[in-house]
Amino acid sequence: MTLNVSIRHQFSGFNLDIAFSAGSGVTALFGRSGAGKSTIAQAISGAFAPTEGHIALNEEVLFSSEQRVNRPAHRRGIGYVFQQDLLFPHFSVQGNLEYAQRYGRSQTGTTNLSEILDILGIDHLFHRRPAGLSGGERQRVAIARALLSNPSLLVMDEPLSALDDPRKAEILPYIERLRDHSQVPILYISHSVSEIARLADQVVAIDNGRVIKTGSATDVFADPNIVPQLGLQSAGALLTATIEKHEDDGLSKLQSASGPIYLPRLDAEIGQSVRVRVLAQDVMLSSVQPENISALNVIQGRVSAIKLGRGPGAIVSIESAGNTILARVTRRSVQALNLEIGSSCFAIIKSVSVAPNQIGRG
Amino acid sequence: MLYFGEQELAAILLSLKIAIWATFLSLPFAVWVAFLLVRRRFWGREVLNALVHLPLILPPVVTGYLLLMFFGRAGFAGQILNDYFGITIAFQWTGAVLAAAIMAFPLVVRAVRLSIEQINPDLEHAALTLGARPIAVFFTITLPMALPGFVVGAILGFAKALGEFGATITFVGNIPNQTQTIPSAIYGFLQMPGKDQGALTLVFVSIFISVTALLLSEWLARRVQKRVHGQ
Repeated sequence: MTLNVSIRHQFSGFNLDIAFSAGSGVTALFGRSGAGKSTIAQAISGAFAPTEGHIALNEEVLFSSEQRVNRPAHRRGIGYVFQQDLLFPHFSVQGNLEYAQRYGRSQTGTTNLSEILDILGIDHLFHRRPAGLSGGERQRVAIARALLSNPSLLVMDEPLSALDDPRKAEILPYIERLRDHSQVPILYISHSVSEIARLADQVVAIDNGRVIKTGSATDVFADPNIVPQLGLQSAGALLTATIEKHEDDGLSKLQSASGPIYLPRLDAEIGQSVRVRVLAQDVMLSSVQPENISALNVIQGRVSAIKLGRGPGAIVSIESAGNTILARVTRRSVQALNLEIGSSCFAIIKSVSVAPNQIGRG
Repeated sequence: MLYFGEQELAAILLSLKIAIWATFLSLPFAVWVAFLLVRRRFWGREVLNALVHLPLILPPVVTGYLLLMFFGRAGFAGQILNDYFGITIAFQWTGAVLAAAIMAFPLVVRAVRLSIEQINPDLEHAALTLGARPIAVFFTITLPMALPGFVVGAILGFAKALGEFGATITFVGNIPNQTQTIPSAIYGFLQMPGKDQGALTLVFVSIFISVTALLLSEWLARRVQKRVHGQ
């Protein structure tokens, strides 16, 4: 699957000029509110025609200003999950799902009702009315409905932004399961760094109507240059690891290329690959091997980049056996430790600083 | 005290017949026009909007006169109907249906329009992305969700058609047993000495029908609302 998008459109006081492509898996379109993300989603789904552009899905041209093609929304084969759930209130859950089966493209065996109900955990809601469901349940039904129309691509436009934090935490594992068990590629649009860090395979970061960075989630989050766009508080690189052992004192031992990592007990099986978002502000640096400290995780590496901020802060990027860790420290510390590109360095991460929602299935 | 003579009964039955037909005649057009006005952007939209509201602002006599000019025996449409289909509607009860439907039209459009405006357009877009064609979306999403507005619009239209006087009397006259509706009968009775009782009877009947229709519409709208929105 390949989605190719290039769009140019002038709004009053705002120019959208972006081009990107997305393959299988989850591609995240990341940017702050007002960066133009939803406009892009609408252009892809057929709700909005930009002045100039070309949108193609698997060689099929959906929109082309040059060829004067603008395929109507109902013939694009793009499932769309909105910010609000938008279930049809006059149908039951079953009615909503059957609507998608009835009008969606003929089933080719890739989408199977019971499998989808199972992945999203909604089989017990089948006979209920949308009005009686919780926000998280409704959004899961909306996702199931979009999948049942058998789309070539699922566009999820800020699917969690209308939910409160507990609901988000409830629904994220379902979307992870969807990513891992369904063949449908997903374009996931969000302004939330934590959602994207957990879900995305590829990231397209946009700011002010322009693409500022594309690449694998690991690469994008390891880039100190887009820290201003992510926000200092939410910047942090992704560390890939495998669960090795759940220990008796409530910790889980993970194995990564950079050595063992101890985290508070994870709710996952041994052997499961996870990715851990280590917030830059939770990382301490030391130029010598630290001894007698309470922090359990010490990762040795070399400084690969130093980005000085305008204020007192700096972002130091540390390379360790293929993993990258970002650390947010002061410029004073950078000088005191004599950190330069290539210098050896130890990154210290407290186990308890990693919250459960920073850990996703890899 | 109430007096139901032959003429009174005829006027009541004819009025009901005309109002019911007029309601059913204007409803589908009103739904279509309301949908266009709310959901489509096209050239001449403002003109259509003004045209729809014309019967509401013109003096009813003027509407009746225009109908007579157009649909009368010598009128453009009246001639065609007469020559090719053998139908005459001026001074017939069918003419009264047309007059009442036209006078009720703006009210029905307004009610339906309000209910369509309340539907989130994203719901319709969601249905499109599931693969439903626009016409299917209209019948499976827009129409059922706007149903409460149809009920209100229908009852409003019915009440307006029942009370229509100016355009009706201008276009179809006031012929007992043929085109005499409740309002024109009341008017006629008041012109004649000794017919006060008949007029009073029809006044009470009008009040009764209108209040019943209003209560019925409230009840129906609540039920439909409940069914559509599941609350």
